[in-house]
Amino acid sequence: MRNEMHLQFSALSQNESFARVTVAAFIAQLDPTMDELTEIKTVVSEAVTNAIIHGYNNDPNGIVYISVVIDDGVVQITIRDEGVGIVDVNEARQPLFTTKPELERSGMGFTIMENFMDEVVIHSEVNKGTTIHLTKYLTKSKALCN
Amino acid sequence: MHRNFPYPSDKEESAMSLTIGLEVKYDVLLIRLAGELDHHTAEELRTKVTDLLEKEQIRHIVLNLEHLTFMDSSGLGVILGRYKQIKNIGGEMIVCSISPAVKRLFEMAGLFKIIRFESDEQYALKTLGVA
Repeated sequence: MRNEMHLQFSALSQNESFARVTVAAFIAQLDPTMDELTEIKTVVSEAVTNAIIHGYNNDPNGIVYISVVIDDGVVQITIRDEGVGIVDVNEARQPLFTTKPELERSGMGFTIMENFMDEVVIHSEVNKGTTIHLTKYLTKSKALCN
Repeated sequence: MHRNFPYPSDKEESAMSLTIGLEVKYDVLLIRLAGELDHHTAEELRTKVTDLLEKEQIRHIVLNLEHLTFMDSSGLGVILGRYKQIKNIGGEMIVCSISPAVKRLFEMAGLFKIIRFESDEQYALKTLGVA
C-alpha cells in the first residue's frame, strides 16, 4: 500500500534530529531492520545538514522540505532546499571533498548516502537549490522479489 | 592529578541530545559521549575539548563511544579535528567501545588507518600508562 508524508521546517541545526527521528518513525510501519533504520536516519541527517550548512549557509530563514513515499517495502525520500545550489555535483560526490574544511566538515556526506541507499540522484541549480532523491529497497521487499 | 568536569545541569544544556563527560588523568583527556553526535551537537564538543586542551597539560585523548546512539559525518569531522589537534602536540588519540554502526562510518572514511581503536576504556588508558 502506498503511503506518503511531507514535512517542512526552518534550516536550524536543532531540526536535524527532529527530521531523522520523524522520517524513521514514518518508515517504522514497514517493519525495517535496526540496521536499515540507522541507515535511513543517517542519510536524512546528512542531506538535511547539507541543506542547512551549504544550501542556506546557516541562514535560519531557509526552509528544508522532506517528502517520503513508501510503497511495498520501497522507501523514497526527497530532501530539497531553495539555497545556493551545487556548482559541480560530480566533485561534491567525491569522498572527502568539502567546500568548508574550516568548519571541520569531513566531506563524507554523499559517500555515506551512496553506501547506505540503493539509489542517490542529485539535482542542483546554482542560486535555485538542490534536490536529493534517495531510494532504498528494504530487505523484506527484496526477499519478496526472489 | 585527577580532575572531573561534571555534566552541566542547567535546563538548556540538558535539552541537548549529546552528553559530554570530560575527565583529565595526568596527561590524558578521557572523553565519554552519550547520545547523538551530529552537526548540531558537534560544535559543543569541539568547543569544550579545545578549551580544555588550552587550559590543561594534555597530550593524549581517549574517546569512549560506548553510549553513543547516533553519529553521522559531522561526528567524523569533529573527531578528525581533535585527532589533528592532538597529533600536532605529539600525542595520540585512542577510540574505544564503538558500535557496529559507528564502525562502518569510520571504515568508510578510512579512519582505522590513522586512529588507534581499542575494545574498552580501561585497556586504552592502560596502554597510555594512566589506568
